[in-house]
Amino acid sequence: MIRDFFKTLVENHKSLAGLMILAALVLMAVFAPLITPYPPKADRTEESALIEENRTDPETLSVDTPSEDIEKSVYTVTTTQKWEKTIEYFPLRARPSREHPLGTNHAGNDLLSQLIMGSRISIFVGLATGLFVIVVSLTLALLAGYLGGVVDDIINFFTNVFLVIPGLPLMIVIGTYIPMRGILPIIVILAFTSWPYPTRLLRSQVLTLKNRDFVVASRVMGERTSFIIFREILPNMISIVMSQFFFVSLSAILSEATLEFIGVGNITVVSWGTILYWAQANGAILRGAWWWFLPPGLLIALTGTAFVLINFGIDEISNPRLRKR
Amino acid sequence: MKHFARKLAMLLFTLLVSMTINFFLPRLIPGDPAQALIGRMEGVEPEKLESIRAAFGLDTQDPLIVQYGKYLLNTMRGDFGISLSRFPMPVSSVIAVAFPWTIGLMGLCTIFGFVIGTTLGIWAAWRRQHKLASFTVGFFTFIRSFPYFWLGLCLIYVFAFKLRVFPLGGAYSIDEVRGSSSWWLSVLKYGALPAFTITLSSIGEWLLMMRNNMINVLAEDYITLAMAKGLPMRRIKYMYAARNAVLPSVTGFAMQFGFIVGGGLITEMVFAYPGMGYMLYQAVNAKDYPLMQAIFLIIAASVLVANFIADIVIMFLDPRVRDGSK
Repeated sequence: MIRDFFKTLVENHKSLAGLMILAALVLMAVFAPLITPYPPKADRTEESALIEENRTDPETLSVDTPSEDIEKSVYTVTTTQKWEKTIEYFPLRARPSREHPLGTNHAGNDLLSQLIMGSRISIFVGLATGLFVIVVSLTLALLAGYLGGVVDDIINFFTNVFLVIPGLPLMIVIGTYIPMRGILPIIVILAFTSWPYPTRLLRSQVLTLKNRDFVVASRVMGERTSFIIFREILPNMISIVMSQFFFVSLSAILSEATLEFIGVGNITVVSWGTILYWAQANGAILRGAWWWFLPPGLLIALTGTAFVLINFGIDEISNPRLRKR
Repeated sequence: MKHFARKLAMLLFTLLVSMTINFFLPRLIPGDPAQALIGRMEGVEPEKLESIRAAFGLDTQDPLIVQYGKYLLNTMRGDFGISLSRFPMPVSSVIAVAFPWTIGLMGLCTIFGFVIGTTLGIWAAWRRQHKLASFTVGFFTFIRSFPYFWLGLCLIYVFAFKLRVFPLGGAYSIDEVRGSSSWWLSVLKYGALPAFTITLSSIGEWLLMMRNNMINVLAEDYITLAMAKGLPMRRIKYMYAARNAVLPSVTGFAMQFGFIVGGGLITEMVFAYPGMGYMLYQAVNAKDYPLMQAIFLIIAASVLVANFIADIVIMFLDPRVRDGSK
């Protein structure tokens, strides 16, 4: 059943194009460390570590030296260290050149390398959120559709409540309270705000299928509930589940970039959203640095278009009326 | 009437859920939330610490349920506490300045987007084989997958930085006398680019929804019958097909509107447009928690009320809902 679905997906021109773009992007993300010409973050950590070492040193000396001298000595030590380090750096905010096809950013990091490396987090967060949300939504939908009664009422009620609470402002508010370490918090926040819509759609699909003749027939025949759910209902939901998966992944990628852009996400990681954050924080537009803010957005849009194309294909497969006459 | 009462109850309950989220969010942080928040800020004066505690209702020894009750009462009276970044201004007066800008911008853009998108959707479904129609659908699908803020950045770069046709940001010219006719003109000029961003991004949503509904309706038997009867095409297109296809678009308003408002807020941030979105941006960066939470609540309430209005409109448009049968 699943193999059949992918076969039809590949036969449809739109979804094939989408799958190919997505495959290319995923390959880029997987092999990012091999493709990037330079490390995406050049030695910034080493530099700060050096400064901190020097800060702690004078403390031990401070027993009998006057305080002014300490400050002076700290100052000279840190500056010389920093100076030695920056020589090895790339030029800051450089225009595109042969060495750096997309220039460098405010910290002297190669933007092309950041862009390639950034695809890892952006695409991973998107797909992981999509998977997480679909598992949760499908479970809720099956519970609601199959148990019915009070369980259905409760799930349906809360789905409708959370459906209309605007997601982005909620994400921003939650995001500012939760400490952003790593990327797990952002996946949880994205999932928390995007479960209602797929849950509602999947629930109504379960309810429709539950009353179809073939399901009713196997229930009369006394088949086990697990058999009916996994062998009869789920296979018929593949297209709607997949299209919701890509829909959630798309909005997760967009939302993640948005959260990072306004500084709510973890700005220390390298992703498409954080590149845009630093571009905006350094006034890339007013410097005319299109090579800084244009490529990340284009890649986000390309990923989004891949998902939308796949969904167009799925729509046409499941709804023959949408096919070209 | 029963339908109306149910929708109203739903609206009130959803508002209560939003307020409850708002109440418990700061309390979910382990330990003293005020202290935890202070840890994330630098150089906080004691009076600000007190106002944070007061804003969250942490300055009392009341049990949680009493705090919750007081919080609900204060919120309903419009008392959101004191803003930290604009100390000692009350949050409500900070919001009162920003709110009209957002309502004006978002209201106009939503109407433009809906009308243009739906009209294009009708046309794209009617002339489905036409090359231009499939190009339009493809174009807006591509635009739709852009992040709103990035589209805004690109428009600023082209129209404000390179061509210098429009200002870089803000909502009005500071050189004009507020309220004069030239001031109003400057409002239009400053608002054009943000409005264009939001409208352009949201057209795709309405277009695709309308196109798919319309294609489904066009395959119905009564359309075939109407054509067989030899009714004028215009009549079939608008009175038979579009009229029935637009209903799910109005129903889908619920989902879409919240989404577009979210995008609109981000657009305001990019354009430094002094509405709720830009205010939220400033509140987030200044860690002004009371202001931030109040903005979330006001936005949520506005979206919920707009949805409620959409539900009422459907009641008048759709006899099935109006008569209470499903």
